[in-house]
Amino acid sequence: MNKIPENTELKKWYSDQFDSFENKLNGGADTYFHQIRKKAISRFGEIDFPHQKNEDWKYTNISPVLKYNFKPASVLSETKIEDSLIENAFISEVECCSFVFVNGRLHSSKTNFPEGVTAGSLSEIMKKNPELVKQHIASLSENDNSFSALNAAFSEDGFVLLIDKNIQLEKPIQVLFLTGSDTENLLAAPRNLIVAGKNSSAEIIFNYRGFGSKVYLNSSVTEVFADDASNITLYNLQEENDDSFHIEKLQAHQTASSNFTHFSFTLGGKIIRNDINTKLSGENSASHLWGLYLGKNEQLIDHHTFIDHSVPHCESNELFKGILDDNSRGVFNGKILVQKDAQKTNAFQSNKAVLLNKNAKIDTKPQLEIYADDVKCTHGAAIGRLDDTAYFYIRSRGIPADVAKSMQIRAFATDVVEKIEIDELKEIINHKIFEHLRRVEVVNE
Amino acid sequence: MITIKNLHANVAGNGILRGIDLEVKKGEVHAIMGPNGSGKSTLANVLAGHEAYEVTGGEVLLEGKDLLDMAPEDRAREGVFLAFQYPVEIPGISNATFLKTALNEIRKCRGEEEISAKEFLQLVRKEMDKLGMDEKMLSRSVNAGFSGGEKKRNEILQLAVLNPKLALLDETDSGLDIDALKIVSEGVNNFKNKDNAVILVTHYQRLLNYIVPDFVHVLYKGRIIKSGGKELALELEEKGYDWLIKEDEAVGV
Ligand SMILES: Nc1ncnc2c1ncn2[C@@H]1O[C@H](COP(=O)(O)OP(=O)(O)OP(=O)(O)O)[C@@H](O)[C@H]1O
Ligand SMILES: [Mg+2]
Repeated sequence: MNKIPENTELKKWYSDQFDSFENKLNGGADTYFHQIRKKAISRFGEIDFPHQKNEDWKYTNISPVLKYNFKPASVLSETKIEDSLIENAFISEVECCSFVFVNGRLHSSKTNFPEGVTAGSLSEIMKKNPELVKQHIASLSENDNSFSALNAAFSEDGFVLLIDKNIQLEKPIQVLFLTGSDTENLLAAPRNLIVAGKNSSAEIIFNYRGFGSKVYLNSSVTEVFADDASNITLYNLQEENDDSFHIEKLQAHQTASSNFTHFSFTLGGKIIRNDINTKLSGENSASHLWGLYLGKNEQLIDHHTFIDHSVPHCESNELFKGILDDNSRGVFNGKILVQKDAQKTNAFQSNKAVLLNKNAKIDTKPQLEIYADDVKCTHGAAIGRLDDTAYFYIRSRGIPADVAKSMQIRAFATDVVEKIEIDELKEIINHKIFEHLRRVEVVNE
Repeated sequence: MITIKNLHANVAGNGILRGIDLEVKKGEVHAIMGPNGSGKSTLANVLAGHEAYEVTGGEVLLEGKDLLDMAPEDRAREGVFLAFQYPVEIPGISNATFLKTALNEIRKCRGEEEISAKEFLQLVRKEMDKLGMDEKMLSRSVNAGFSGGEKKRNEILQLAVLNPKLALLDETDSGLDIDALKIVSEGVNNFKNKDNAVILVTHYQRLLNYIVPDFVHVLYKGRIIKSGGKELALELEEKGYDWLIKEDEAVGV
């Protein structure tokens, strides 16, 4: 048996980077935020990078990520960027308030929020009113692997949204995260926080896009606190550069009667790992995790979800759909924990994938741990090819073979896409499906 | 219109069609009957070009052109249309999109211009009206969640809009209530003219009261074992297939 590599040099690289980061911080080094960073870097030093011997990383070999000495963006000065890059990446079809982060730092914003909403940059808040987010930042999810530890150690900025109780945001918020460089292999470490007060609601679009010629690693952490009867929808669109990496952790904490809906649309990136976790700790709350992932070339797209039902009368729904072309690979691991007290839990999970090429592959695994006896849990996985009869049916109407395939692809994706509540975004996602998979586009009349 | 000579076809290595000969002329309606599993749908699918069926012998000419070499979409553009026994659901693609895409492909092949949105709507509305279909069906996904009868009507709507030369109707009558059967039959009769042809597969004489065939053929174990006029269907209704099968087996193959 070969040993788990220690990556001693790489770890030293990051710890040296941390020293430069601290030097740069001069003054900011005694804040509580920095204490969190210090804890994270020391944790980072103690643990190994994830390895396929770890059950959670069984199908995902991250050694390509470890070939690079990524330079944390927080050590470098601000990245200069052309406005056209932002314009191209921005989803302008959706009317919204917006924020642009470049390599994890706030670059610009367009806002118009009612009173009772704090939205913007974590680093600004840390400068002006660190107590505002202390409770949540300090309770941020533990650094359970090297990547979340790196994120915590090198984070200095990120998107923050705090909504007071009873405020319903009417328009969506778009947060564009542009990552990349022409000169450095960068590590971006955005740390995002959404805190929704009682009976508040908001829709947020995270739009992750890459630029530049250098390979980068986007290691992102987002924490969502959904208080009683709040309603939060987060659309997470990931279109990183084809040669770059995206490793993300999302942790939601929900209390009574709250609704949290998360969409992952995963397109670009060489290795993408998304951990999406929700903890239901108030009765009558519901989590909805929807996902559409599209692989081509050598892409590897890994989704791990974890839903923790700790109280009775909660509901969780998960539907993930993958379309895998060329040599791409998908991984889906859906864990559902129903704790002893969580009676009357309703948990539904499904992962379906179509393989467009015989070399494409998916590994899928449900993981159910149920300690309550009065629960409804269903899970299913289906992997296959596009249906021959449907293909024939469409072509038998005179429709060319490539368009027929596209129609089938759209048909396969539709139950996830139809859940999108922003019409303009629906069309954009449909468009991106065909663009990413290099197929003729089918647009509905 | 279509000439089928000694057609043999396999599915998953099994010989399902074992020497079919059939000649259908312009303006004619042919009914194909026969017990379950005799190969009726297979014949229809082979004619429309389903790739799961392997043609192992014989020839099919549509107005003199060799059909068997053509992809399904090319056959459609040449004027073949198959109304499916089990129409396929395509969620996420609206009926309007589907039909318009198909129509424009076929028009392109005929050297005609793309149809304008307005003309298309006029055409489809008119046909839907005749078939007693709610206009809302246009914005719904193709066959998704349609009832059995609605799916069959939708097939006939496609037939009416695409206006092929040869219509293959595979059990279009099954699953229809009595009123729907009338409406759908009227749809087929409206389509029918002296320049096109219809091959319809059915189990029931009832349909043939509405769509009167010029010929009736009985398919059994992949061969036509009996052909006759419309009175053959009545005879079958009365006597079943046994007597024919016995006759066929007595002749010996
Ligand atoms: N894709 C397939 N794979 C395997 N066997 C098939 C396939 N398609 C048809 N068959 C077989 O071929 C035979 C003929 O089937 P076909 O559907 O043509 O019959 P049919 O005459 O249309 O019957 P019915 O009246 O029940 O519709 C049957 O035994 C059927 O099981
Ligand atoms: Mg049949």
